[in-house]
Amino acid sequence: MINKSLKELSQALAARQISSVELSTLFLDRIERLNPTLNAFVTIDRERSLKMAREADARIAAGTAGPLTGIPIAQKDIFCAEGWRTTCGSKMLANFVSPYDATVIEKMHRDAGLVSLGKTNMDEFAMGSSNETSFFGPVRNPWDTSRVPGGSSGGSAAAVAARLAPAATGTDTGGSIRQPAALCNLTGLKPTYGVVSRYGMIAFASSLDQGGPMAASAEDCALLLNTMVGFDERDSTSLDRPVEDYARDLDKPLNGLRIGLPKEFFGEGCDAEVMAAVRAAINEYEKLGATCVEVSLPNSHLSVPAYYVIAPAEASSNLSRFDGVRYGYRAPDYGNLDDMYKKTRAQGFGAEVKRRIMIGAYVLSHGYYDAYYLQAQRIRRLIANDFVEAFKQCDVIMGPTSPSTAFKLGEKAADPVQMYLSDIYTIAVNLAGLPGMSVPCGFVGGLPVGLQLIGNYFAEGLLLNVAHRYQQATDWHLHRPASAV
Amino acid sequence: MIPYNAFHFKTLCTAKKSLAPMSLTLEQVKRIAHLARIEISDDDALTTQGHLNGIFQLIEQMQAVDTSGVEPMAHAQDVSQRLRDDAVSEGDRRAAYQAVAPETESGLYLVPKVIE
Repeated sequence: MINKSLKELSQALAARQISSVELSTLFLDRIERLNPTLNAFVTIDRERSLKMAREADARIAAGTAGPLTGIPIAQKDIFCAEGWRTTCGSKMLANFVSPYDATVIEKMHRDAGLVSLGKTNMDEFAMGSSNETSFFGPVRNPWDTSRVPGGSSGGSAAAVAARLAPAATGTDTGGSIRQPAALCNLTGLKPTYGVVSRYGMIAFASSLDQGGPMAASAEDCALLLNTMVGFDERDSTSLDRPVEDYARDLDKPLNGLRIGLPKEFFGEGCDAEVMAAVRAAINEYEKLGATCVEVSLPNSHLSVPAYYVIAPAEASSNLSRFDGVRYGYRAPDYGNLDDMYKKTRAQGFGAEVKRRIMIGAYVLSHGYYDAYYLQAQRIRRLIANDFVEAFKQCDVIMGPTSPSTAFKLGEKAADPVQMYLSDIYTIAVNLAGLPGMSVPCGFVGGLPVGLQLIGNYFAEGLLLNVAHRYQQATDWHLHRPASAV
Repeated sequence: MIPYNAFHFKTLCTAKKSLAPMSLTLEQVKRIAHLARIEISDDDALTTQGHLNGIFQLIEQMQAVDTSGVEPMAHAQDVSQRLRDDAVSEGDRRAAYQAVAPETESGLYLVPKVIE
């Protein structure tokens, strides 16, 4: 049962082969048993989960269930959920019980009837690529517990990989869905910016942040995405678009699909064995009827530098709200108001968050704003234009998701720049606002490798179709770590 | 909320016209920490200086690019801000929102005395 797809679980629930309470209990028991090793969840509330499961069972009995009603999932602890502790991986919010629901939470649980198994660990305020910056300690990769699961959605990735949950949500500002999906053998999708509401999703870099699904397969991701999207009055950048069924094109043949291979993604800087797995996946696509064309993203080497100006700038502004006045941590001892702010923020934020706030404060400052912030925004335009040109020649762009497989805990923790470079292939997608996916495509030394798919704006349906056809022809996505067999 | 003018500071604006190669002094690091309202010890300032300078070395790659005539891109989608009717759309949830505050009294947030 633990390895079944969302569609199979949905059928089992509809046929009354299992109830939502039974299914949720199965996963809650696995969490209880395996979470002490993995540290994938930071908050579990069995009673609250089972109450949601009972409500789902009632909906199923009454014939008012939707396709995913009663299926349990894990929520990244960046989404505010009423009555649930919502920490964002920070001491600053370690005791914050949200008084309201994020739109994603409302849609998935209240509307679609999914059951929440709890909140998953993450890098503090989503700033990290290894899940080591969490106040609640690192998450361990189920494929090798001496290694990181990736980040920042590392808890969600580890939870789904070890089958502590059938699926999970993540958020992706510079690769935080795709990179952990790659490192844990999952399928993860970052939608086009503006498709999933950011209301109640604790803000890191508002012009880049986007929520999305993390699951075992493209089909699971499509079904989950259907429950997450939609226009939201309460998010000023939410896009008002017609509703679409992201599962509608899953089975379409790939004959004639044009795959763009950016020469910048196939040069130096990527582990040779990872690259071999990516190339093998592309060969498989050619067998499925696709053709390849070389494209160029000439400014892609500037994506990491531009990102580390733009994201910290937005973060320094967003995180100024954590001041010990209205919610969250307040230092126990302080003098005047300024001292209270300073001690609260010094004690409440971890080292990486403080670094990024400081970079942001600096690049936005008078005298440096043009040279750094505006220059980064101009480069952002160049990067986005590169994609516009590339998509004139192809339907989908492919390459590696991450330059290496999962690295050891502690390996990059002391050097921020090395850590930042783990997102070298994913960041440009956020800067442009495009949809991107990571799909399992092989193993190197027993560790998973991810193939990255990048689509044009609003091409989620095509990406899911391209990923699904590959998963019909291969079984990499069905491999499980020992703890989930 | 941190004061708006926190990010407007003259001390860092030395008459430096060419920016590369950039290197922050320890004093500048402490000044940035002050402006971000983060208390920092001398030891931490030193470690932070090393990290920030490493990061700025990465960022400096941008300076080699000629971007004259390129319109800055603030957002992924070129859409303008929506307007809505000036009408109350949310109910009063003050009690629920203040329940999570560190210190309140009579519906007000308490902070150390600001005006002597």
